[in-house]
Amino acid sequence: MQDAVLGQRGFLTLSGISKRYGGVRALEDVDFACERGKIHAVLGENGAGKSTLIKIIAGVVQADAGNMRLGDADVRFATPAAANAAGVVCIFQELSLLPDLSVADNISIASPPRRFGLIDARAQRRRAEALLAEIGCADVNPLMRVRDLPLSRRQMVEIAKALGQRPQLLILDEATSALTSADVEKVYAMLAKLKSEGVAILYISHRMHEVEALADRASVFRNGRHIETFDKGVRSTADIVQLMIGRDIATQYPAKPPRRPVKPVLAVENLSWEKHLDRISLGLGAGEIVGLGGLDGQGQKSLLLALFGVLRGVTGRITVEGREVRPGSPAAAKSPAVGIALVPEDRKTEGLMLPMSIADNLAIASLDAISTGPFVNRAKERAAVERGIARLQIKIGAPSDAVSTLSGGNQQKVVIAKWLMTEPRIILLNDPTRGIDVGTKQELYRLMRELADHGAAILFYSTDYDELIGCCDRVAIMYDGRIVRELEGAELTETNIVASALNVDAANAARAAAGDAHA
Amino acid sequence: MLDDLAIRLRQNIGFVTAVLLFAVFYLLYNLAHPKGFSSAVLVQNGDEIFALAMLAMAQTVPVLMSGLDLSVGAVMTMVGCVASYLLAGTIGGTPLHLEIFGLHLGLGTFPGGITGILLGMVACVAIGTFAGFINGCVVVYGRIQPIIATLATGAVYIGIALFLRPTPGGKIDEDLNWALTNSLGDFAATVHIFDDGGAGWFAPFAWIPVPFVLLVLIALLVWVPFRRSVTGRAVYAVGSAEGAAYMSGLPIARAKIAAFMLGGFFAGCGGLFLAIQTSSGNADIPQAGAYTLNSIASVVIGGTSLLGGTGGAIGSIFGAMILRVISFFFRIFDIAPLLQPLFEGLILLVAVSIGALGMLRVRNTLELFR
Repeated sequence: MQDAVLGQRGFLTLSGISKRYGGVRALEDVDFACERGKIHAVLGENGAGKSTLIKIIAGVVQADAGNMRLGDADVRFATPAAANAAGVVCIFQELSLLPDLSVADNISIASPPRRFGLIDARAQRRRAEALLAEIGCADVNPLMRVRDLPLSRRQMVEIAKALGQRPQLLILDEATSALTSADVEKVYAMLAKLKSEGVAILYISHRMHEVEALADRASVFRNGRHIETFDKGVRSTADIVQLMIGRDIATQYPAKPPRRPVKPVLAVENLSWEKHLDRISLGLGAGEIVGLGGLDGQGQKSLLLALFGVLRGVTGRITVEGREVRPGSPAAAKSPAVGIALVPEDRKTEGLMLPMSIADNLAIASLDAISTGPFVNRAKERAAVERGIARLQIKIGAPSDAVSTLSGGNQQKVVIAKWLMTEPRIILLNDPTRGIDVGTKQELYRLMRELADHGAAILFYSTDYDELIGCCDRVAIMYDGRIVRELEGAELTETNIVASALNVDAANAARAAAGDAHA
Repeated sequence: MLDDLAIRLRQNIGFVTAVLLFAVFYLLYNLAHPKGFSSAVLVQNGDEIFALAMLAMAQTVPVLMSGLDLSVGAVMTMVGCVASYLLAGTIGGTPLHLEIFGLHLGLGTFPGGITGILLGMVACVAIGTFAGFINGCVVVYGRIQPIIATLATGAVYIGIALFLRPTPGGKIDEDLNWALTNSLGDFAATVHIFDDGGAGWFAPFAWIPVPFVLLVLIALLVWVPFRRSVTGRAVYAVGSAEGAAYMSGLPIARAKIAAFMLGGFFAGCGGLFLAIQTSSGNADIPQAGAYTLNSIASVVIGGTSLLGGTGGAIGSIFGAMILRVISFFFRIFDIAPLLQPLFEGLILLVAVSIGALGMLRVRNTLELFR
């Protein structure tokens, strides 16, 4: 295939690269190459291994096995600094800027211009101005602190910083996700110039139209494996979507009840917040599991946080059982009048108090219910804790053990049990099955359905499309802070979800996929 | 250019507030003082400010990395006790001996005279810097939080101080004391420069207090270059976002150790001066603790964020001066001295509140708790 030819003249060549995180396989025996003077797109679903791949190339993590060649030498970068020194520069999705330092400081952070051994502030400023001008961003004053810049400007500063390191291999990981369309044009122009100068460019983006416009070549990853590499124009968008999905072993999901009219519990109208939520309208009924889908970072998490009262400056209407509510804090959101529970994204920092006991963690959200006057009623607490443990079948030694001693799956069960003890009407789940073993996952799926059958309304964000299809009565797909599509019933297929998530023409993708199936 | 000025002003609002606050306070103090605006008052104030200003600078460096150094007072005390042995300036040198569990150990003779004094001063500052190096190593290689690491090492340093000076004592060369704790004119007379009165240009500067000159010299020759070095930049970066600093390929371990060493250097300078000023060494534990806590207050008043990443040692000097001027007020106004902590506390609260105003702008309240 093309891959074999490619491997011989690649500027960067990976062979047999594998990486595991604990029991999770992130990359498996990956062969990959990219050339000078080419823009090479890397595509794949969430969790396909793209991020791990570039982290290995950029020296952030080390591969467990395999070999990496850059130019004519075998390399193995122990730190990002070592990778930078070899000309490998990465623009990460999570910005690597220092918020309290100025734009000029940040741009020259790796090797500032010096005079008499000290940083030359004037030269540094001129350098920043020149680089910012080069990417058409001259309106940013280099003296400004990065903290005070809007996200789109920060991303341009990040790009200027990378450019200033004179890269041989430039990696962009979703580097345009926060940019305005005018800025995107400037970045395109810059990439074209670098390409003509012989820089190798790895481009990771979820925006298919960007990939189509820019990339000379693309590689698709799935489940930690390199699936295929092809040149521009060889594959249609529908083909690419199909390659990204592949065939997976199906998980068992509890049967969905037949769709019937539901009593609305939560109604959201025109909810907007900063740049992350754009006029969201969504309804949620008793006994319904509604999924939130789409690519990472399209506003799903912000929507959950907005409903839970964490965000300030949210506009729009939220009604719970017909009454308008405006929760200003998690405490207000969980109050019986509103009755919202949120199982948060990061169980270790937002879900649990790790050093505290299992019992303390279980009781912490419903202390009002188990208190007599100002004191926690120990008998009620014990009874409530035992009920919680029994209901979710949490495997523990003793309730007084620190919650940190439990496995990930059981920790997540503690978080969920904690919120069930507040008897919520509306349960928000932020990617609750991430990093959890398959057995516990299936228990959680059953529990969700059971809760819904007892009248709870569940809003379920997951990065796993399979899970959304298996569990949800309906799935709302978000893109760029908006709900672009709601899928239910027969429409709820992986092809439709991926197509909507990429915001490409869904009908086309579906037709193409159907055509493949007939062929 | 106007833009630049506005930006700089906005970014250093804490520092500017501290400078203005100090200017107002000190003006009022001099107006109220019967001998206000005189060299004598300035000299006295300079002597009283110097050690705390040094400790405030010492504290600033770890705070910029969002750590606290609880050992600065202890380092100052330990260095002071060492100084009371090495700076006696006795002709023919000072015999050094240690008594350990009744065992007498002769450590030879430390040289006397001007060479001995200079050598002794260098040794004192070096000991302070070394103590800071130990702090840094414990934090970096022991992977212990700065606050607890320095609580422990501080206790060790106090222990060494107590071992050296179980009771206050020792001696500092009188000329050295006179030269460094008075005006520039007195300094010149003591070290015999311009004795013939030939340097007419010197006369207009003769009133300036020596501690003030030392403070400016140390700030300009040590802090400012550090602030502009790559290591200094890395210290700010670590305090701002350690992960991003690592991802940018900065030398994090080196920056942390350098930060504590610089802290130890400043604390050593403070201890050296305190010993010279009091002409003795004293392992005074309450004093060490009070200096440590006041150094933290000075840093905060001076506009450095306890979260790290913003601020600087010059601001902390002004913070220390504000704290001291408040105490000066109690000497000239008829206020019960017992009210002093109350006023210091109120000033601290106001200064910290100004720094917290930015929190009102946060849109995602979860960020307030990170």
